[in-house]
Amino acid sequence: MSTKIKVRNLNFYYGEFKALMDINLDIKERQVTALIGPSGCGKSTFLRTLNRMNDLIEETKVKGEITLDGENIYSKKIEVEELRKRVGMVFQKPNPFPKSIYENIVYGPKRHGIKNKKKLDEIVEKSLRGAALWDEVYDRLHKSAWDLSGGQQQRLCIARAIAMEPEVILMDEPTSALDPIATSRIENLIDSLKKDYTIVIVTHSMQQAARISDNTAFFLMGELVEFDETSKIFTTPQDKRTEDYITGRFG
Amino acid sequence: MSKKIREGLIKKILFIFGSVSILITISIFATLLSESLIFFQKVPILNFLFGTKWTPLFKPQNFGVLPLVAGTFLIVIFSSLISLPIGLLSAIYLSEYSHMKVRKIVKPFIEILAGIPSIVYGYFALTTITPIIRKFYPDTSIYNALSASIAVGIMTIPMVLSLSEDSMRAVPKSLREGAYALGLTKLEVVFGVVIPASFSGIVASFILAISRAIGETMIVALAAGATPKLTLNPLESIQTMTGFIVQISQGDVVQGTIEAHSLFAVAMLLFVITLTMNLLSKLIVNRFKEDY
Amino acid sequence: MSLARRKKINTIFHVILVACILFSLIVLIILFTDILKKGFPFLNIDFLTKYSSRFPKKSGIRAGLFGSLWIIITTVIIAFPLGVSGAIYLEEYAPKNRFTSLIKINISNLAGVPSIVYGILGLSLFVRTLKFGRTILSASLTMALLILPIIIVSSQEALKTVPKDLKEASYGLGATKWETITGVILPYSMPGILTGTILAISRAIGEAAPLVVVGGAAAIWFTPKGLMDEFTTLPLQIFTWASKPQADFQLVAAAGITVLLLVLIFINLTAILLRNKYQDRMKM
Repeated sequence: MSTKIKVRNLNFYYGEFKALMDINLDIKERQVTALIGPSGCGKSTFLRTLNRMNDLIEETKVKGEITLDGENIYSKKIEVEELRKRVGMVFQKPNPFPKSIYENIVYGPKRHGIKNKKKLDEIVEKSLRGAALWDEVYDRLHKSAWDLSGGQQQRLCIARAIAMEPEVILMDEPTSALDPIATSRIENLIDSLKKDYTIVIVTHSMQQAARISDNTAFFLMGELVEFDETSKIFTTPQDKRTEDYITGRFG
Repeated sequence: MSKKIREGLIKKILFIFGSVSILITISIFATLLSESLIFFQKVPILNFLFGTKWTPLFKPQNFGVLPLVAGTFLIVIFSSLISLPIGLLSAIYLSEYSHMKVRKIVKPFIEILAGIPSIVYGYFALTTITPIIRKFYPDTSIYNALSASIAVGIMTIPMVLSLSEDSMRAVPKSLREGAYALGLTKLEVVFGVVIPASFSGIVASFILAISRAIGETMIVALAAGATPKLTLNPLESIQTMTGFIVQISQGDVVQGTIEAHSLFAVAMLLFVITLTMNLLSKLIVNRFKEDY
Repeated sequence: MSLARRKKINTIFHVILVACILFSLIVLIILFTDILKKGFPFLNIDFLTKYSSRFPKKSGIRAGLFGSLWIIITTVIIAFPLGVSGAIYLEEYAPKNRFTSLIKINISNLAGVPSIVYGILGLSLFVRTLKFGRTILSASLTMALLILPIIIVSSQEALKTVPKDLKEASYGLGATKWETITGVILPYSMPGILTGTILAISRAIGEAAPLVVVGGAAAIWFTPKGLMDEFTTLPLQIFTWASKPQADFQLVAAAGITVLLLVLIFINLTAILLRNKYQDRMKM
């Protein structure tokens, strides 16, 4: 497996506060990488450095290097809009736009220049099928996305991300607002998405990380404590703190 | 007195205070209605509503309110051309584009602008805006609708601004992030997500600003003139409904005459129009309220 | 559309937005400098202590200042207790029924009624029906009705900020509703209520339209001594001067406006200071 994203000596600041310290990490192509750790450990912040969502927050600062296919994403030459097209994102709470299901999916592609109606229809079907939502909504594509259930909304958001044909999909605790049934559907979906996309997922549940990820990174207080194949992290952790966390001694 | 009796008594007294607002509304209605009815006994209501001549102060007297309505309309149109776009665009700037620091500096100035009494804007229209207009159009009369409209427009900018900014800021951050994560530019996020999601609040702010322009008095009394006429030319002297009320109040119109009663008929019309608009804006907000 | 083009459009839009904000700020600056420039030469102690005059140079705002002061104080004495009690009823006592929601809708509508309509009400109700005449009392009652909805709404907002656990703590100690209101709720929300009231006052100070209708005199040549005296106010004097054709009276009006704006700025600063102090306390 080749490396998709390479993170080197990454430091991140909110004003004076240092939220990430010297992170080094390789994210493998077409694998699921899980980020775990107690709340406030920096895992979400780290995830958001990968598509520069943190740019939207005032008074933040990034030091170090993140490369996507060998290109530094913080270099001046990179257009952040282009980057986010390549690195899609799914959020903690489902956030469909107050528009129809159809309009939600074509929202990005339209803005990025696709105007052909037939092409857009194709994208909608392909994305919804990709997100395992097509069978449930194909007959009401022009109804409001807000009428869907929470789990359906989240899959719609995944479809919305897929519609951009990204290379990487970032997921920020995508199932934390969902019930167990909806959660397991999303987990199955992630498993099938893996063959086409590189996925980085923040999760609050260690069981989930164990179930769906190939590699796991454990964060604690802004530090990357341990990063390895998931099976190794959960069976033979090298660091005492990782062991304490996964055995439930804190967090 | 036992605690229980005291508590009950307090509740009753407070209920009376709480209902005072209803009393005020009823008395506004009763006053306007009873006095207008006296007027409408002498002037048929249709002649009032659709008459095109308004000459209450000289013979022959005519009580067709359309010229006053047209004057008000002119002020509304031209003031809206200023307040709605500038207010909305400023709101977009403060809510979506500006840095926190800039916003903190700018906001108080907007609040000052909102706190300036309308008489001051009236003075500004008469002594500053009108001379500027007359530089470009020397034929403009000293009292003209345009100058007053510009002042009314400036005065209502803060209203459009803060109400629509509030509704834009109420759009959840997650919606914006969802759009940014698709690689959209700020402009695309604003027009694609933020404005559609806060549309009802924006429309409500527009309606309230217009309703405020309809009821605005001191600016038009000072700067727009006292010549009721049916015109669409903003460079002419006109009179609005409110302007007429001021004119009658200042003069020595004898109480009980038909022209004195015309005051109430005009006020009634003004009240009904503004009330309708306020209710309309409420309706829009409630009907299209986004449940985030 | 290419990304470069989309970004360019975004930049152009950004510039337009900045221009819109600057428009308001520049108007504000022009307005202030213009009025100061015109009014400053007329500003002196005499201007504050003299009555109106046929001669611009001899004109002063004594009657207007006293009139405004009388009316504001009387207005507050009437509107403040009424408004705050109304808000307490609506927030703490009112059952959730049709009548309550009618009151609430009604209040927000009253806030949107043009001020001149209140003048008409005052003229008919206080001046004529109750026969108070064109006096300070009629003017104050009219102004009180005008600012009542503002005070009620802002007091309601302040009352809403009282944390529920604070109230429950009071009830938990066996306090009655009224004891909880006077002991916990009002002290906590008073800064907010006062801020709202001060803003309402500053609105009333600058308001001229209703008083024109109620019958403020264009000029009076004595200092009012009681509620049944005739009156003029600072905004009314400004209106009278600004309406005169002589250019010099325009400058006198500017001097009057300068005083009015200074008073308003002082009052608003008080409100801001109060609000800041309030917010600091909320953080604790």
